[in-house]
Amino acid sequence: MNTIDVTMALVIGGLFAVGFFLMLQRSLMRIVLGFILLGHGTNLLLLVAGGTPGRPPVPDGRIDDPAGTADPLPQAMALTAIVITFGLTAFLMALAYRSWRMTGHDEVRDDVEDRRIGTVRERAEAGSAADRETGGTAPGGER
Amino acid sequence: MTAVLPALPVLLPALGAGVPLLRLSRPVTRGLGVGVLAGVVGCGAALLVLADRHGPQTLRVGGWPAPLGITLVADRLSALLLTVSALVALAVLLFAVGQGVAEERRSSAVVFHPAYLVLVTGMSLAFLTGDLFNLFVAFEVMLAASYVLITLDGDENRTRAGMTYTIVSLTSSLLFLSLVALVYAATGTVTLAQLGARLAELPDGLRSALALLLLSVLGIKAAIVPLHFWLPDSYPTAPAPITAVFAALLTKVGVYALLRTQTLLFPRTGVWILLACTAIITMIVGILGALVQDDLNRLLSFTLVGHIGFMLFGLALFDTRGLTGTILYVVHHIVVQAALFLVAGLAVFRTETAALHRMAGRPRPGPLVVTLFVLPALSLSGVPPFSGFVAKLALLEAAVAQGTPAAYALAGTALLTSLLTLYAMTRVWTAAFMGRPPDRREAGPESPPGVGGDRPRGTRLMLAATAGMAATGVAVAVCAGPLARIGERAAEDLLHPREYRSAVLEGGER
Repeated sequence: MNTIDVTMALVIGGLFAVGFFLMLQRSLMRIVLGFILLGHGTNLLLLVAGGTPGRPPVPDGRIDDPAGTADPLPQAMALTAIVITFGLTAFLMALAYRSWRMTGHDEVRDDVEDRRIGTVRERAEAGSAADRETGGTAPGGER
Repeated sequence: MTAVLPALPVLLPALGAGVPLLRLSRPVTRGLGVGVLAGVVGCGAALLVLADRHGPQTLRVGGWPAPLGITLVADRLSALLLTVSALVALAVLLFAVGQGVAEERRSSAVVFHPAYLVLVTGMSLAFLTGDLFNLFVAFEVMLAASYVLITLDGDENRTRAGMTYTIVSLTSSLLFLSLVALVYAATGTVTLAQLGARLAELPDGLRSALALLLLSVLGIKAAIVPLHFWLPDSYPTAPAPITAVFAALLTKVGVYALLRTQTLLFPRTGVWILLACTAIITMIVGILGALVQDDLNRLLSFTLVGHIGFMLFGLALFDTRGLTGTILYVVHHIVVQAALFLVAGLAVFRTETAALHRMAGRPRPGPLVVTLFVLPALSLSGVPPFSGFVAKLALLEAAVAQGTPAAYALAGTALLTSLLTLYAMTRVWTAAFMGRPPDRREAGPESPPGVGGDRPRGTRLMLAATAGMAATGVAVAVCAGPLARIGERAAEDLLHPREYRSAVLEGGER
């Protein structure tokens, strides 16, 4: 089992916290920034999963003891992950741009159908109240 | 030939995805997509036969042995699901070509076919991979293609829904990546076959933390309540064939990953109470959500969420019978849910509305469409003798055989959910298909102007694809005996993965 030093733990924890905080905002730009920070945090986490820093990646001559060299697997995984997060960030930016072009602002909007179902009761109550006020023939309003 | 067979379901669509970028003519692009998917179905079926007769088929990518390199493994479960999924993907592609979703504009024609094939590539890789990090990559490949498909040529509404979908999926992917990092830091390997033994040596707290993180990551991908909010919000906005393929395949890949990882990495004995509770909540919330919806596609999306609960049901029992039930249910649900979404697509195409209260006032979509709706709808509700009944019976038998209070609670909820599903389907039936147009009675028999008449050939292809799916659903019920036996052997493999491990780590017997 590998351990992790305090600095890296704090940095990764900070990146995750800020990333998730930004993702909870309503502005699309902040969400994209949050995703980028979260991606950085995850990639750092992958990198430190390889063990303590300072070991040589390419040793001189024959490798007698693989424990003395840096573990190449997390680095390969981090590289793959960086490529994936990079590509998806570009896609997300394009999507946010399209959303901004179409709506004129970059807020995440409510879903119309959700809003409709969520307010069914309020609307029915408001409707029956209006009926009573206008002295409708059917109080209680069969709608 | 058999040595490279496990790689073909991944390689064929990946290579096929590159070819349409050469801007070939439309018939060539279509033919290529259909041919490639038919090839994947063939490979899947061959793998299923080989895996059933000779044990798991493995391929070491690049010749590196297991703990170092990536190994592709096709055992009974993955080969079975691969075959069924590829078959559904093929039918949906035919439907999409018929509807003309793929070629609305020149630009989308260049994008649709490659994106669709990349989606199938990711799906095949997710089924076949024997490596946790590679599973993440497979999900990414599949989801990246799905982000493109859901926002392709999107209007304002689709862009909004696509944004929600993309961000939720990306967050779960990053959590998945963190999980891979944590697992590697704790055990020093990401090969699934090796992880089981290594994870068993870890302290209990750490082990359950990793198991919970994995459950929540795959829970988002499989749309388990309370992590399901993105699904009914985003799926219905996409065109019918894209919704159908997402609903049939994407969530099921999540369920497959859950099955594979939980049995291989965190084996347990007895009922898994946490998952049993989640399954109950998923079933109830999903089906109650479906009851209040007015939009046909949204209603079906909520039933999809509810029926994910059935798949968790078997996994929560964690014995051979339960897992057999889950495997049967996944196979049945892939086919039936795709058929339902395709019929919904046909109905929306004919009546030009997805809202049930408006659909009632339009001319009926035709007797054939109605018949095609009834078959999968009854099957989904679990009415005998359709495939849903077979799968639900297997699950209920498993619950009764286990006989614990949790198992009975699961069985009761499952029965209630089935009844409510029948009610939801009846609602669709009366509102959408049986409602008569009050003043346009004579318009009933003939197809409405400007819809069916314009593109008879395309509509015929759509009908044929949907009928094919409905027929496959019936075939699943007819072949229930052999399917149940394969499912049982696959469940045995899952619970006793010694053969899987030796095939991956030592090369096993070929």
